[in-house]
Amino acid sequence: MFRTLTTVRRNLIRFTLDGQFHQAPAGISVAAALLTAVRFSRRSVVSGRGRGPYCMMGTCFDCLVCIDGEPNQQACMVTLREGMNIETQTGIRDLDTGTTADMD
Amino acid sequence: MDYDIAVIGGGLVGSSIAYGLSKKGHGVALLDEGDRAFRASRGNFGLIWVQGKGWDFPAYAKWTDEAAGLWPAFDAELQESTGVDLGYTRPGGMEFCFDERGWNDLNDCMARVRTNSDGAFEYEMLEHAELRKRIPEVSSAVIGASYSPRDGHVNPLYLLRALHQRLDAGRVDYLPNRHVDSIECLHGGFELRTNDERLAAGRVVLCAGIDNVRLGKLLGLNIPVRPNRGQLLITERVQHFLNYPTLQVRQTREGSLQIGDSQEDAGRDDGTTTEVMNRLASRAVSIFPMLKTVHVVRAWAALRVMTPDGKPVYQQSSHCQGAFGIACHSGVTLAAIHAGPVADWVAGGNPHPLIARFHPDRFDV
Repeated sequence: MFRTLTTVRRNLIRFTLDGQFHQAPAGISVAAALLTAVRFSRRSVVSGRGRGPYCMMGTCFDCLVCIDGEPNQQACMVTLREGMNIETQTGIRDLDTGTTADMD
Repeated sequence: MDYDIAVIGGGLVGSSIAYGLSKKGHGVALLDEGDRAFRASRGNFGLIWVQGKGWDFPAYAKWTDEAAGLWPAFDAELQESTGVDLGYTRPGGMEFCFDERGWNDLNDCMARVRTNSDGAFEYEMLEHAELRKRIPEVSSAVIGASYSPRDGHVNPLYLLRALHQRLDAGRVDYLPNRHVDSIECLHGGFELRTNDERLAAGRVVLCAGIDNVRLGKLLGLNIPVRPNRGQLLITERVQHFLNYPTLQVRQTREGSLQIGDSQEDAGRDDGTTTEVMNRLASRAVSIFPMLKTVHVVRAWAALRVMTPDGKPVYQQSSHCQGAFGIACHSGVTLAAIHAGPVADWVAGGNPHPLIARFHPDRFDV
């Protein structure tokens, strides 16, 4: 897990990850916030292995999360906002409802 | 002689032929250009497509059908020897139609392919209700589809990777970053000069896509190909719903949707345009309305290697014994036949009876 530098521990904002409250500095990306909170933020829909933010620049698609109900968001490309509801993705995106469904 | 055969071009056509040659024990050099090359094999759609091909050219209908028929064994052999799962399936493919005229054209085209293949080509025309039974998500904008059980699809990048893995393990010297500057036809062989070395080979096979125009001239071969740009879109992975590859949309095993296809004359510009991407996306949504909320994550264009009539070119030089020119835009569909009968032919074996039909003298007037 990454720790936040003490020098930026002002301006903390709150978000939830799978219903749990967390805090992170304002202005950082959702992916950076995830790195302070969990090791894996989803499982690969192909291999089932744990995945988390990696490239931090919109290329690898390993940081996909559901943000405020919208699935498959690239967490590294979204700035964290106060009160955001972030959910880990447990499967591949469903087409009708826009939610996720288990692969198996 | 350094090599029995030099194959120029490390894309799907060159790699398939080099693979076939190495299996028969020939010593092969596979010369590949760097990433400055157009690399059509890294941009294609992944269909193994039979339907519609050769409606105006019986040899092409038969050639394509035979090539697709060789695919199951080719896939099994590659997967077994490399451990790479190509994602090959053959559930049959569809082409959608949106109006009466489209339906009639498709119907006519399918009937001609059946005739031209001497009845080997199987197909069904599916009206909307029947189509819905097989793909319930299809919208009412689609009035029907042609279906052929002969079609399939594969992950084209895994195919290229598996072929190269086999080449590394076999008797092929893969020589990357080689630009072939000159080829000299000598008595009993060829001397190739690249940016890096001089190579001597008993035979030479040109599989360099659009660059075959230049390379062909070095050997007195006229290989009339031009670039034809295709753009395609890749979406985020979504739940599986589409069990059939179609000409417009296919779903990969991993869940991504590939959306194509466009045909443009854009010279050597292999960039994308918002206008075409928009059109492709709109058409996909008109077929499957629930795709409206799905995100596109990548888009690219690649240049097809197009002959004047869209059919492949296979030719052997009449005055330079052992020089061959090969060009086509169907490196995936034809991969197994290139690794089999075409590789045997360039190695000096008897030509497949259909090969002579693809000589470019058909373009002469």
